[in-house]
Amino acid sequence: MKNLMQALLAATLVAGISASAQTAPEIKFDSVPNALQLPAGLYLGEVAGVATNSHGNIFVYTRTGHPTVTIGTARPFAHGGSRLFEFDPSGKFVREIGKDSYGFMFAAQVRIDPADNIWVVDQMTEMVMKFNPQGRLLMLLGRKAENVSVPNREPKNDGAGRPQDLFSRPTDVAWDAAGDIFVADGLGNARIAKFDKDGKFIKSWGKRGTANGEFANIRSIAVDAQGNVYAADYGNKRVQVFDNDGNFKTVFSNVGNAGALCITKGASPFLYVSNSNPPNDIDRDGEIYKMQLDGTVVGKFGKAGKLPKEFGTVAAIDCRNANTLYVGEVGNLRVQKLVLH
Amino acid sequence: MKRIFTWSFGLALLVGAPAFAQKKATVEGVPEMTYTAVPNFLKLPTGEYLGESVAVATNSKGHVFVYHRSANTRLFEFDQAGNFIKEIGAGYYGFEFAHSVRVDKDDNIWAVDEGTNMVTKFSPDGKVLMVLGRRPPAVEGVTAYPVGPNTPAEKYIFCRPTDVGWDPQGNIFISDGYCNNRVVKYDKNGRFLAQVGSEKVGKAMGEFNLPHGLQVDGEGHVWVSDRGNNRYVVLDNDLKPIKEITNLGTAWTACISSGPHQYAFLSNSNPNGNGPGTWDTTGEIYKTELDGTVLGKFGHPGKLAPGFQVVHNLDCRNPNELILGEIESWRVQKFVFKATPAKSASAKSTGAGAN
Repeated sequence: MKNLMQALLAATLVAGISASAQTAPEIKFDSVPNALQLPAGLYLGEVAGVATNSHGNIFVYTRTGHPTVTIGTARPFAHGGSRLFEFDPSGKFVREIGKDSYGFMFAAQVRIDPADNIWVVDQMTEMVMKFNPQGRLLMLLGRKAENVSVPNREPKNDGAGRPQDLFSRPTDVAWDAAGDIFVADGLGNARIAKFDKDGKFIKSWGKRGTANGEFANIRSIAVDAQGNVYAADYGNKRVQVFDNDGNFKTVFSNVGNAGALCITKGASPFLYVSNSNPPNDIDRDGEIYKMQLDGTVVGKFGKAGKLPKEFGTVAAIDCRNANTLYVGEVGNLRVQKLVLH
Repeated sequence: MKRIFTWSFGLALLVGAPAFAQKKATVEGVPEMTYTAVPNFLKLPTGEYLGESVAVATNSKGHVFVYHRSANTRLFEFDQAGNFIKEIGAGYYGFEFAHSVRVDKDDNIWAVDEGTNMVTKFSPDGKVLMVLGRRPPAVEGVTAYPVGPNTPAEKYIFCRPTDVGWDPQGNIFISDGYCNNRVVKYDKNGRFLAQVGSEKVGKAMGEFNLPHGLQVDGEGHVWVSDRGNNRYVVLDNDLKPIKEITNLGTAWTACISSGPHQYAFLSNSNPNGNGPGTWDTTGEIYKTELDGTVLGKFGHPGKLAPGFQVVHNLDCRNPNELILGEIESWRVQKFVFKATPAKSASAKSTGAGAN
């Protein structure tokens, strides 16, 4: 009976944490004007990825146009549609990386590893591309389909994926301290795939569903210093946490449509989670939560909208500096640099 | 979202599009307005071409913006004398198939793209300030011409939108469009306020059949070219229908001039393809008072300037200097008028049919 009471009390506390997300303290913040200065004639499209390297340079992976499909060919082939730009810490344009790459069609994410390598995830070529800091290709995961399918394939599998590095609309990539690679695979599949640092497949877990360890879809992942894997299960409105081998540990269900994740560095890390508003509605959601890694909500900021300090479907958060965030937005075709107070 | 693709999509666009019978205007006794056509108004740099010049607008300095369907849809800026200045939005995500360009009171440039379903607000120097609507994601597959009933219209998603306008408070009005049949009102920050019409085609007041163009007058009333219903519909600022104008043929586009005394220019454009007999019954543009009194008309179809080949949009910032964009002939023309003709008493708008 006493144990039952304790269990009830614990459940109440968990529910208390859940309820507190709505009433979490507002974090004061500002949006830095003209954070990125684009050269005349260059435009951002939907910003799917933004990340900084150790020098503070900013990388933006953006959907700048739609892929071109060739007709009058044996099969319809497609290419183009996304571009990767680099800016210096002051936001001045530096260069384009991977121009006309075979692997750039529909941007999903860009992340920078501890050695400043640039990792690009593309939802439509279904590839994960590792570039060195100079912009040369080092490693590829996945393979672009030779031609586009007409009509479009609807994923009909259970989302578990096959034990290999062929992806279905992958969305994100992360690494543990050993350099092992985790790929969120993602929207077509609903699994996380783990590879060693040389790209050899180790295992994958998850399939489509609502139980613990299952996903509606995975929009974003992050790995903490202990190697735990955090997955933004957008469709199930939760963040799931796994150990380094994919064993389910816990779930945070108090942060809405988890759309983008970032874990800060250092001794007391925080997790930023975006309750990303759907692209067809700016009258709900949109706020970003700051949490401890045990799921305790520290505070929240922002809301959906089109003005500065408002968000249009956040798809990426960079938190190399825990209080200076870069946020990439699908709906507003922009990157905001946010300073938290 | 299921998408079906047909290989003959280009043909499907032509064949599958709803057929709108072109209608002869029933108004009578309208005086013919005399004008001077400015020859070769726009000077393009060597190697540059206009495609279907569906949209043209001027800013407060008289600069001319042309949004046209080139191999890629493009937006060009010219000075008031027609000299090319620059291109805006080259390679921009929101450009695929031009439909309208308009310039607001602060000289921001708004492009309405019927291919990407996006409305983009550019600053006067060409930076993206705001976007409304979302381009269908490419990763979801090749988008075919919509088949079957339209899906319910959403607050922030358009379906082949056609035009944009603003009231004096800066609220935004969008006509949407070829597959939705509605007018949507947003506040100046892009938040949804109201809509009239829906995804469904209709004839009653408050319903539309291809709202093809839109402008807002100084009272905040919204003039809608309800092309498929062969009428212009005037809405109040809350989108409640006030009246309809049914005697000016097929309503392709409306323009409301600037200044304290505003005029409306309403185009019964000749249809694409120049079917037999259409040159005799269509192609003219009417100038009216905002109460609907018809003042005069001008223009006629023709392949060669100053004939018209499907006037799609016109700029009337100065009611005596009109700039016209045409679909066929890939052309922009400027017409200069001497004076406003006397009022004609014989042509009146009809009152509201139903509310």
